[in-house]
Amino acid sequence: MKVKEILETMDYGNAPEDPRPALDWIKKNGAKFGHFINGQFKSPEDSESFESRNPATGEILATISQAQLEDVDHAMHCARSAQADWEGMGGPARAKFLYAIARLVQKHSRLLAVVETLDNGKPIRESRDIDIPLVARHFYFHAGAAQLMEKEMPDHRAHGVAGQVIPWNFPLLMLAWKIAPALAMGNTVVIKPAEYTSLSALLLADISMEAGLPAGVLNIITGDGKVGEMIVTHEEADKVAFTGSTDVGRKIREATAGQGKELTLELGGKSPYIVFDDADLDSAVEGLVDAIWFNQGQVCCAGSRLFVQEGVAEKFHTKLRARMDKLRVGNPMDKSVDLGAIVDPKQLESISQKVEEGLKEGGNEYVGSCDLPKEGCFYPPTLITDVDPACRLMQEEIFGPVLVGTTFRTPAEAVALANNTRYGLAASIWTENVNLALDLAPKIICGVAWINSTNQFDASTGFGGRRESGFGREGGWEGLYAYTRSVHLSDKPLERINQREGTPEPSDPGIDRTPKLFIGGKQTRGDSGYSYPIFSRDGKQMGLVGQGNRKDIRNAVEAANSARSWAKSTAHLRAQILYYLGENLSIRADEFARRISEMTGQDSKESKEEVKLSIERLFTYAGWADKYDGAVHGAPIRGVALAMKEPVGTIGIICPDALPLLGLISLIAPALSMGNTCVVVPSEPFPLSATDLYQVFETSDLPSGVVNLVTARHGEVIESLSGHMDLDAVWYFGSSGLSATVEKLSTTNLKRTWLNHGKDRNWMDHKQGEGKDFLIQSTEVKNIWIPYGE
Amino acid sequence: MLREKDQALPVFPKHPRILDYSFSIILIDLTQGLPRNPGTELDLDWALSVQANTSAIERRCQALPGRRSIKKAHQAAWLLKAITCIDLTTLSGDDTENRVRRLCQKAKFPLQKDVLEALEIEPGTITTGAICVYHDMVKAAVSALEGTKIPVAAVSTGFPAGLSPFSLRLAEIGESVKDGAKEIDIVISRRHVLSQDWQALFDEMKAFREACGEAHIKAILATGELGTLRNVARASLICMMAGADFIKTSTGKESVNATLPVSLTMIRQIRDYYDQTGYYVGYKPAGGISRAKDALTYLALIKEELGDRWLQPDLFRFGASSLLGDIERQLEHFVSGHYSAAYRHAMG
Repeated sequence: MKVKEILETMDYGNAPEDPRPALDWIKKNGAKFGHFINGQFKSPEDSESFESRNPATGEILATISQAQLEDVDHAMHCARSAQADWEGMGGPARAKFLYAIARLVQKHSRLLAVVETLDNGKPIRESRDIDIPLVARHFYFHAGAAQLMEKEMPDHRAHGVAGQVIPWNFPLLMLAWKIAPALAMGNTVVIKPAEYTSLSALLLADISMEAGLPAGVLNIITGDGKVGEMIVTHEEADKVAFTGSTDVGRKIREATAGQGKELTLELGGKSPYIVFDDADLDSAVEGLVDAIWFNQGQVCCAGSRLFVQEGVAEKFHTKLRARMDKLRVGNPMDKSVDLGAIVDPKQLESISQKVEEGLKEGGNEYVGSCDLPKEGCFYPPTLITDVDPACRLMQEEIFGPVLVGTTFRTPAEAVALANNTRYGLAASIWTENVNLALDLAPKIICGVAWINSTNQFDASTGFGGRRESGFGREGGWEGLYAYTRSVHLSDKPLERINQREGTPEPSDPGIDRTPKLFIGGKQTRGDSGYSYPIFSRDGKQMGLVGQGNRKDIRNAVEAANSARSWAKSTAHLRAQILYYLGENLSIRADEFARRISEMTGQDSKESKEEVKLSIERLFTYAGWADKYDGAVHGAPIRGVALAMKEPVGTIGIICPDALPLLGLISLIAPALSMGNTCVVVPSEPFPLSATDLYQVFETSDLPSGVVNLVTARHGEVIESLSGHMDLDAVWYFGSSGLSATVEKLSTTNLKRTWLNHGKDRNWMDHKQGEGKDFLIQSTEVKNIWIPYGE
Repeated sequence: MLREKDQALPVFPKHPRILDYSFSIILIDLTQGLPRNPGTELDLDWALSVQANTSAIERRCQALPGRRSIKKAHQAAWLLKAITCIDLTTLSGDDTENRVRRLCQKAKFPLQKDVLEALEIEPGTITTGAICVYHDMVKAAVSALEGTKIPVAAVSTGFPAGLSPFSLRLAEIGESVKDGAKEIDIVISRRHVLSQDWQALFDEMKAFREACGEAHIKAILATGELGTLRNVARASLICMMAGADFIKTSTGKESVNATLPVSLTMIRQIRDYYDQTGYYVGYKPAGGISRAKDALTYLALIKEELGDRWLQPDLFRFGASSLLGDIERQLEHFVSGHYSAAYRHAMG
């Protein structure tokens, strides 16, 4: 085109990135890749394989090996063999390797970006300016984490071998998010990139060799979902981490149930994007470009539900439509493109189908007037307004460049709409009113909230979700804890403690005491009308306790959820009440000790010690209530990223069978201290210490419903508790081996779980029976990004 | 209240046809151009509802150069376009008539002949958008530019501080118009913005506009002295309501002059004003834009946020003195394949 003609049109023209260096790298490898195991690439020749295509053109880029079980076994075996030395060399030694990788990622940044864009279809601008710099940043941050680990996390060590499965939307970035913390903390890794996008992972394997990473520390195997399943269920995998769809996450939770693996899941989302009438509307429109049209909307935390305050809705939507018309969709290798290609024809079909089906239920569709390439996988930027919460479009993740929206009237309604979802990953809030922004961010169920911004990420600032968006955080200190475990935990198997047998002859012929259930601050009779006897060490009946059933669990959960305002009470108040509980328990210390001895047969010295420790523990968490602070992260913005500790919510707690008082107190005290409400199932054989506590609770100003106790046979209530969809977490420390059941049923709403996996924990030992891990389990970290500046 | 839908608005086609003769795009004939912005009543509800979130605006500006990459022939064309939008400026205490004549010559022939030939552009068709001088230099500039369509712009109203007596400021406009200035760059009273006296700002601007008569008026906000982007946004709107043909960032004499965030803030108000009233208002960033690369980013910003119609000299100008030199070097690089040197190009 002549300069003169361009002067008339003032078009951008083409600014294509040169693909040759990336294609040369592929060619150098014969366009055929084997698995990277034990520090070397396996020959791809005798392996089954599949093709990796460029979604923008449909061209085949390379053939990738499809792993078989023997490959997974081999990789796991190598990871296991390498682990002890890798962990043993110490943090500072590992830091050097991570630092080298970070530097090499920067040195090869353009090659990585081009490979990523060819394979995935995302605009080169994004891979070059966002993905790859964040990858380098992640390795730098975790080089530092490795360096500091021994001094800052002295009570933690690596899990061992981490099995990891990652998605196709940010192939290399998700790889970095997974392997950097794992390696930093001394784990070795077997990771599988997504089938559509294996190439950048294989290029990183090259880089790891260049960095001199010891053989077996990082193993990258390729293949489809079956390979992923082999990895996550493999007996050698001590820790499993997955990022991807909620459906697959749920299957992984189910498949690994009872295997004793630590699991973190980062799943889907349908994140709200809330615009108030006092927002900078133009900036909020532009924010949507980064929210839903970033990476073609194939982003788990994409702001995909737009809520605009009624008074400005029409104006906002008009501005938004005008902005959409300006977006450029096309060849992702063109540097002036806003949206590239959808990753695969299958994904394109899925988006089209969801939109087509969804529109039948209502909504007004507007499609950006931008030109689409005739060939390749492209979907135009789309806005669907007037979508009601009852529509599928509002509920289901579309995972494409499709924004759905409706209006709201008040801040409270905005919160209600935002939280009316099974997901809970991220949120964006646009307002110039700091009071409103900081009031709203804590009220929205999510792991990350962005004020007047969106899709901001940094290694220092944890990322992860709640509800069916998964559990666990990646990045920050919280992400490091996900790759470690306490050094103090024992591997001793927990012995089952059976119900004592005896005769129905009362041990104390005084006035009959009737321990009922304790629900909503009241002592209530159980629903079943059945009781079971508790016998003393000499076989005499000490009393009958209510045999709680699923309806009692239902009632208790309801009561606990009604008491959620406990979370909003001040930490000072919660501390006061925990102190008061301790004080009131101490008045009756002797009586509690006698009762424990009588039930369990512990000698009286031990029982006295148990009561003493229980009181101490209440004091400990009273102390923590106002000291387990959040943080202000050094995120790379002018502003602050606040890491706020929030209670998990309502927690179902199945107590240890031994040490009936201390076990219970050790679990409820941290939960209460952090603002959770609890449904507690006490020790099955020795529940009387719990029922004796009712009066202590009642005299200690503990608000009704904050703690609810349901005495029951653990096996009878485990399913209703673990499956309850209005519970946020279940902790299981019983001795009847029900960890697998809890994990399996937790999939209903993907609640957090904390289990003993049949291992013993010495509650009398401070290092095992209390500490930071208890606080971590009692809290969620919400990171709130607040850019500022006038 | 022009915002009310039921009131009759003068209707203009959103994209008026450009006069169809050779190089019309390069040289817009201002006399046959768009209808001027007549202004509206002062609408404080509107002006005060405007918000500008600094961090978000900065993010947009930061990402833009990475989002739009203009290369090769396109870059050359865009740089030619930039030249046609330059208000070639001299505003020095030591300006003389001869100095101004030299600058006018550069405005008429901003590029070397060999470069133009290589670009297949007819010599004489590319000129700068205007010449911008102090009042006392207007006559010299007008005479030097006789026979061309290049307008002379005069900075006025007690430029740069705008603190001389109001009657003298008005009179200064009249004098410059009398001497042949087709464009008047006025400075607003910053104190009206800083004390939030929007009525005073509106009245002042309206009086300046009236004093200009047929000459086009550019309102210099001196954004570096307005404190916040929100103030910049509101002052932009008020000046447009009072009838500004252009809004302009700076005098070039403040410590901070044109920036991308300020520009984005101002042009978003221009867009809103157009959406509400149907009138086109032009934009002129001034001061601190000296690299060809920056000029491309500005043009891309205008194209993205306002649209192609604003990429014409009747709606967009750079207030710059050294930008042209860098563009000349870049264009020679494009045609020769080798990096150029300043001394190879004629000084202005």
